[in-house]
Amino acid sequence: MSNIYFARFFKIIVFFMALTGVAQMPIFKRYYISDLPGLGWLADFYLTNKIHYALAAVLIFMVMYLATEYILTKRNSMKLSRCGVVRAALFALIIFTGVFRVIKNLPYVTMDPFTVMMIDWTHLVFAMLLGIVALMALIRGKSSYFEEGGNILKGKSY
Amino acid sequence: MKLKKTGISRRNFLKGLGVGSAAALLPSVAPSVVSAATSDSEELMTLLDISKCTGCGECVQGCSDVNETKYPDPIKPYPEMYPASRAKPEDWTDKRDVDDRLTPYNWLYIQTAEVEYNGESYEINIPRRCLHCQNPPCANLCPWGAAAKQKNGIVRIFENVCLGGAKCRAVCPWHIPQRQTGVGLYLRLLPKFAGNGVMYKCDRCYNRINEGKLPACVEVCPESVQTIGPRSEILAKAHELVKKNGWFIYGEDENGGTNTVYVSPVPFDILNGAVEKGAGKPGLQAVADSMADEEKLATAIAIAPFAGIAAGIIKVGRYLSSSKKENDNE
Ligand code: SF4
Ligand code: SF4
Ligand code: SF4
Repeated sequence: MSNIYFARFFKIIVFFMALTGVAQMPIFKRYYISDLPGLGWLADFYLTNKIHYALAAVLIFMVMYLATEYILTKRNSMKLSRCGVVRAALFALIIFTGVFRVIKNLPYVTMDPFTVMMIDWTHLVFAMLLGIVALMALIRGKSSYFEEGGNILKGKSY
Repeated sequence: MKLKKTGISRRNFLKGLGVGSAAALLPSVAPSVVSAATSDSEELMTLLDISKCTGCGECVQGCSDVNETKYPDPIKPYPEMYPASRAKPEDWTDKRDVDDRLTPYNWLYIQTAEVEYNGESYEINIPRRCLHCQNPPCANLCPWGAAAKQKNGIVRIFENVCLGGAKCRAVCPWHIPQRQTGVGLYLRLLPKFAGNGVMYKCDRCYNRINEGKLPACVEVCPESVQTIGPRSEILAKAHELVKKNGWFIYGEDENGGTNTVYVSPVPFDILNGAVEKGAGKPGLQAVADSMADEEKLATAIAIAPFAGIAAGIIKVGRYLSSSKKENDNE
């Protein structure tokens, strides 16, 4: 897959992760969003949760692929921008807490209620922060993760 | 003791005396009450031998007596919620005495099924409350961490954290938790736009268990319908009863396994057809494991990072070998 398609695909995945993530809170039905034609599925907690899980697997695959590639070849030539560092860190934290959510949901895994609450809250907070940072980056025209143009997602293949 | 207006009719009263109930005449083994003390390695399970239940309602009253302090105490008027057509208040404060269904003020009620089976007629009484699933979707899918299972298997909703969105009720196969508007954390966050109170259900008298006491409903039952103890012990007892009497079991595998098993002389699909169902009145249908697909997807999530690293290495390897070729050609 060429990088430009990879980048687009990545963005689509992130969008649907955010959507199905928000759908875990019981608000789409309350605010009539799931009443809109074609959006009824957003009110099905089990369905949106499964999509969130499936997309998480794809997202983790892509992130690890990018990270491996970056560390092995581009670490010295391309420096992450400040905004890039923040977003990469937030992605890492969201994935980390998300994986803990998956683990806690396995049968025979029981974490104490306080830990469960902390995992849920941090996952939510990091996701909200990423949303805010991404929006700010977009508004300020700094959507590149890297200093000086080169973008591991957008850039040409080497 | 607060007197509840109950559904304990004269008929039930007579049944309490052991009159008029076929179930009461059935031979039954009284399982002794095993220690409720939490065992470190095992979850607690309850067994309900419903052949013995006379429907006297003592357990319902006992539950209410010991848990009254945990019941919601909202102050009216409640903040208006938006949009009013969808975010409707659920207010049970004027219906605290309702005891023929689950409510925020009634975590246990008695279902009755009058059925014919194998040419015999039975009147079976079934105490209903949260089953305390082993892998509870109410807790797993709470986005807010307000519901969780304790190590001892008790599934709780924490009333000071719950926002009352009622997702737990939506995803529970029996729709057990019940909502009271006008209490809880949402009042201090966005009362108009998010949340709608607190969800309530049986907490298996977690505080009594912590003190080494029995849950109230278990303790007060004059017929010793319930037994509580480590899961393996209770399951063994349940299977013994089932085998010995040719009975039926419910809850062992429902929803992937719950920590409540009912044993009955009548098959549960027949009972399910005979009990009144609806809001706050769960059925006895067969229930598949609601979290089974998530379990499979968890495997994909576990593999994903390694697959990603491998793909990254392959890509870099290709790049290096192709640039080496280019260099060689130069
Ligand atoms: S029966 Fe319902 S409320 Fe009780 S633990 Fe299971 S899913 Fe949760
Ligand atoms: S275990 Fe406790 S809270 Fe649950 S139904 Fe029995 S008395 Fe009520
Ligand atoms: S479980 Fe025991 S206390 Fe409850 S109704 Fe049946 S016989 Fe009465």
